[in-house]
Amino acid sequence: MSLVLDVRDATKVYGAGETAVHALRGVSLQVEPGDYVAIMGASGSGKSTLMNIIGCLDVPTAGRFHLDGVDVGALDDRRQAVVRNRKIGFVFQSFNLIPRMTALMNVELPLAYGGVKPAERRRRALAALDLVGLADRVGHQPNELSGGQQQRVAIARALVNAPALLLADEPTGALDSTSTLDVLGIFDRLSATGRTIVVITHEADVAEHAKRVVRLRDGRVIEDTRLAPVDGLPPRLGEATA
Amino acid sequence: MSAVEIVRFAVRGLAANKMRSALTTLGILIGVAAVILLVAVGEGSSQSIQRNIQQLGANTLTVSSSTGGGGGGFRMARPQEDSGPRTQARPLTVDDARALADKAAAPHVASVSPVVSANAQAATYDGASHPIQQVIGTYPSYFEASNKPVAKGAYFFNDDVLAARKVVVIGQTVAENLFGPIDPVGKQITVTGVPFTVVGVLKEAGSAGGFQDADDVAIAPLTSVQQSLTGFGPLGQILVKAGSAADVAAAQAEITSVLDQRHGVGGTVAADYQILNQATLQETVSAATSTFTVLLAAVAAISLLVGGIGITNIMLVTVTERTREIGIRKAIGAPRGAILGQFLVEATLLSLVGGLLGVAIAVVGAQFTIAGITPVVVPSSVVLALGVSVAIGLFFGSYPANRAARLRPIEALRFE
Repeated sequence: MSLVLDVRDATKVYGAGETAVHALRGVSLQVEPGDYVAIMGASGSGKSTLMNIIGCLDVPTAGRFHLDGVDVGALDDRRQAVVRNRKIGFVFQSFNLIPRMTALMNVELPLAYGGVKPAERRRRALAALDLVGLADRVGHQPNELSGGQQQRVAIARALVNAPALLLADEPTGALDSTSTLDVLGIFDRLSATGRTIVVITHEADVAEHAKRVVRLRDGRVIEDTRLAPVDGLPPRLGEATA
Repeated sequence: MSAVEIVRFAVRGLAANKMRSALTTLGILIGVAAVILLVAVGEGSSQSIQRNIQQLGANTLTVSSSTGGGGGGFRMARPQEDSGPRTQARPLTVDDARALADKAAAPHVASVSPVVSANAQAATYDGASHPIQQVIGTYPSYFEASNKPVAKGAYFFNDDVLAARKVVVIGQTVAENLFGPIDPVGKQITVTGVPFTVVGVLKEAGSAGGFQDADDVAIAPLTSVQQSLTGFGPLGQILVKAGSAADVAAAQAEITSVLDQRHGVGGTVAADYQILNQATLQETVSAATSTFTVLLAAVAAISLLVGGIGITNIMLVTVTERTREIGIRKAIGAPRGAILGQFLVEATLLSLVGGLLGVAIAVVGAQFTIAGITPVVVPSSVVLALGVSVAIGLFFGSYPANRAARLRPIEALRFE
């Protein structure tokens, strides 16, 4: 079976000489389709760097990185943009919606950059918003939405292109507990329908929802625990939404 | 990502900061309007000067004496003059004029009008008085050669010249000041105490801005003016009309040869007369006015440049301010071209809208008289100013747009 994510012995060094910072010291991580992985670690453990590499926002100093079978490091700027557009859906801690654009327009944006026709774009964006339960908020701008609603718009935007990987960076870090449960419930349901999800987090509650937990410390993987089988259901499905 | 899409993003970006966009547009607007309007003023003044020259008469050559009357002493002091056969510069005479009228010697000359003039002559009629700026004594051919048709009454005739009759054709200004609403034809006026009968009124020539009033004149037979006002001295000038525009050069050559012979010019002796060719005058003046126009346009172009720098400035601010947005767009897969396009189109839209508004304002402004000049909008200046403003948008927008496109997404996302 082809891996969605295949990181082999990746290292990342910032700076050079005596001031060099080793953010990653040889990380290997394979993710199969349908898996729901939580990457945990304290700040400085290298999890943000790993997420940047997985998200094609950065390239490793050494080591190989394949996303859905594609060696991203070898691609030029334009193709990397295409990979980010088609293969990855980003969910950020601070939502990162574009201000002064309605929820619908924000969700349509990846499709616009992907060259999808306006009518089709609208249909898919509405479907994605419906999936996160925001069908009645499509015309609202980010500043008219609550944090939880904004994050759900961001999830809809991440999903709309049907990416190979949903990559979330501390998705509940800026949310209250109710909204956190909302968002985690959405992730559980997405996982149950076979989506591949990688969540970066430092909260144990969030990690408990994943099928597999990977712990990082000082740029190395120190623990890799499986909570549920890849082709099974996520362990906490149903609890969050209940 | 279609072009329409990019334009839509750009419009949205501009609309987000209406005040800023409007002020930036204003910079380009002023620049474009200034270029078009100042070129229009230059063109307007050039055209009005050209018209004034044309009013002097078509295909005419003006011969005037180049000796300054009593300046003989100075000229005599020059050694070349002493060695020459001529001992004194000769003034222009009626005989010179007759010689030029000789068809055998000067076949390209159509008519010759000797001219004497007296300035600031007091004229009175029935208690009203008016100092006539210029009283001209000449032949009837002068009217045609100098392009002065009559509006009322008639010209005087060759008979009047021979008999030295005291008849006069007056200009509009004179007619208005002396007669008011009364028809002047047939009335008698006195010019410096000498009675003249008005036989005609000239058509209004229209006073030219900055020039002397072309309507403040009186034209009488040469002999009458000489008798009563100027005396039988030298002529002020001789107005020569060539057969056609093509004959002007030939006529000028003929005049030169006739007068050189009569005045003993040649070898080391410098000419004591000068011929003013209207075409040459026109060329000289148009060269001068085009320099003037270029100067005005250059000043205006600087303001356009300043407007362009304003665009760069505001786009740099916009890019910095929207760094995070650029990062988000890149993270969700915006290619470099789309970001570059969006910011380039934003800059170009600013300058294009400014340019179009500038053209509109310049065209409206050109309907008004500016400093006594009616501006004439030059279409090429409109095209040029508009083209330059768009080019400025592209050029001055490309640096900030490139900077936006080059931003690395992780750094842009980290930007607060």
